Amino acid sequence: MTTGRTGPQVTSSPGGPLATHAGPYFGDFGGRFVPEALIAALDELDTEFHKAAADPTFAAELARLHRTYTGRPSPLTEVKRFAEHVAPGVRVFLKREDLNHTGSHKINNVLGQALLVKRMGKTRVIAETGAGQHGVATATAAALLDLECVVYMGEEDTQRQALNVARMRLLGATVVPVTIGSRTLKDAINEALRDWVANVDTTHYLLGTVTGPHPFPEMVRDFHKIIGEEAKAQLAEETGALPDAVVACVGGGSNAMGIFNAFLDDPSVRLFGFEAGGEGIASGRHASRFSGGTPGVLQGTKSYLLQDEDGQTLPSHSVSAGLDYPSVGPEHAWLHDIGRAEYRPVTDAEAMEAFRVLCQTEGIIPAIESAHALAGAIQLGREVATWDTPDGREPVILVNLSGRGDKDVATAAAWFDLIEDKPVVQADEGEQL
Amino acid sequence: MSDTRTASRTGAALDRLKGEGRAALVGYLPLGFPDVAGSVRAAVAMVEAGVDVIELGLPYSDPVMDGPVIQHAVDVALAGGTRVRDAFGAVEQIAATGAPVLVMTYWNPVLRYGVDAFARDLAAAGGAGLITPDLIPDEGQDWLDASAAHDLDRVFLVAPSSTPERLAMTAAASRGFVYAASTMGVTGERTTVGARAEQLVADTRAAGAEHVCVGLGVSKPEQARDIGRYADGVIVGSAFVRALAGAETTAAGLDAVSAVAAGLAEGIRTAR
Repeated sequence: MTTGRTGPQVTSSPGGPLATHAGPYFGDFGGRFVPEALIAALDELDTEFHKAAADPTFAAELARLHRTYTGRPSPLTEVKRFAEHVAPGVRVFLKREDLNHTGSHKINNVLGQALLVKRMGKTRVIAETGAGQHGVATATAAALLDLECVVYMGEEDTQRQALNVARMRLLGATVVPVTIGSRTLKDAINEALRDWVANVDTTHYLLGTVTGPHPFPEMVRDFHKIIGEEAKAQLAEETGALPDAVVACVGGGSNAMGIFNAFLDDPSVRLFGFEAGGEGIASGRHASRFSGGTPGVLQGTKSYLLQDEDGQTLPSHSVSAGLDYPSVGPEHAWLHDIGRAEYRPVTDAEAMEAFRVLCQTEGIIPAIESAHALAGAIQLGREVATWDTPDGREPVILVNLSGRGDKDVATAAAWFDLIEDKPVVQADEGEQL
Repeated sequence: MSDTRTASRTGAALDRLKGEGRAALVGYLPLGFPDVAGSVRAAVAMVEAGVDVIELGLPYSDPVMDGPVIQHAVDVALAGGTRVRDAFGAVEQIAATGAPVLVMTYWNPVLRYGVDAFARDLAAAGGAGLITPDLIPDEGQDWLDASAAHDLDRVFLVAPSSTPERLAMTAAASRGFVYAASTMGVTGERTTVGARAEQLVADTRAAGAEHVCVGLGVSKPEQARDIGRYADGVIVGSAFVRALAGAETTAAGLDAVSAVAAGLAEGIRTAR
């Protein structure tokens, strides 16, 4: 259906509400930069997705699963003690995606795609994973819906996240450590793409974020937009108004698109995405595509990218495996370029400080990914006095708490030097679950 | 205008070989493996031993269409400091043999260099054109324009999964030949070549392609002979790379790729 959309269309996306913007292009970004062998499968997926989106029985089945299995709607929690660390008089609300089954927002997209897989009659799903959250969610949906599941994971990540490897295997998935390249998320995606080319007749690539070739960015956004829709209604009940700012961390960008989407067409709502600043932009060890990257093509889509002057992908760095990716979803690149959302870096140290603050003020252990959003809220606290709020009421910041931190206990224990002996930290990893 | 070419250099070579009653042998090597000079010498040796068209791979950090043998070679090339700009000097030296030289590249390095600038410098170096494994014509308007402006060949891929509409669209957008992927998968040696390859060649011709060459998984003289019966060219990559990788010395590497080339060329000569 996208055949023949060449040239001029790449740079001229149609108008209309931002929240319903369809692929394959988001301004100058997006597209399908993949081998021809995959085009038929992408066309099939695009067709099936749009058929399902128009089919009330599909929506009903997904809603039933979300209600009875995921645990939706996820709560909205006002965090007053944490807000004192943001700025005086600011109200901060967390959208609690950390309380979903499997521990993060990832399940929203996974269940949606897995139901599509059943509709397409495919029997096998493959997925990439970095920290393991998307792999665990995919293995979970595969167990539930009786699908064969293979998860590709960089060898370095399988060692850093050994427990998530065990979780996936408990759920019946095959975990394949990827030993080529940098042995991290990017290489896991390459290997999943190679598997998909070879097995596309029976296999669906259950991509975990709003990147990759069309229709993934649009489809994954639509499976996650429930986050913002719920939060908008919940917040209206609490405050009677829209938030002044919506804040999320951005790796590939799925949790951020999920919470941004419902607010894209509300111009009074400021949207902030926080990327992994790692050890600082100047250090070169970061995953800040908007501060340190340039437009380019990687893994099927055109977006902002960490690359050298030859177009070779540069390694990214973050304390958070889930944000450690050299590119970002094309819709974020577009929202950045048109000025609808603002993207800023948060360093490892800032994220870990926010992680500590939330633990100790609210009794919530966030994923380190989500701690980047919390650190972003603290950054915004320094400028919130300059915001005009209607009737002079207190500014309201909505933060997407995209995941919980059980998986990060060992990393945090090492960061804060909570356990004297390193071997003991490793031995204690078994207690994370 | 000094450049008076009006037709595909690769297409002309395929036509000439067809007149001789055989398919072309297209040989792939990645630039910079084992180093830039070594890859040029190996490509020249391949031409001298019977390769008709050289496919020079530009090393890229994320080669999603390549299997382990080529992934490893490309890693070595990048670790050794191979740069995109090294391609133009290499093309010039290999093209001096008279064989058409196509650069096989993933799209981002070209995008980063500048599509028109890349086309201009490739044409100036005497290159014949590009093979673009992750660029479909739908996304390639800049390259369609630049290749037309600089008179270069555009080799797009078709696969067993391509619909008739896409075969026609891709055939119309290609110049030189259409690269038919023999099988659904990545590069690498296979004991059998997909049975769908012959049908795909016939379908691609029926969709309007003048020349169709077959690649992916082809490594043995018998496979080359089988494909040489029905295709305009036989594309071999991993077998050359493996021969080069397995050699202890530069001289042994050149001997090894020459032996592979000679065997494949003999296979093709006995096809028809």
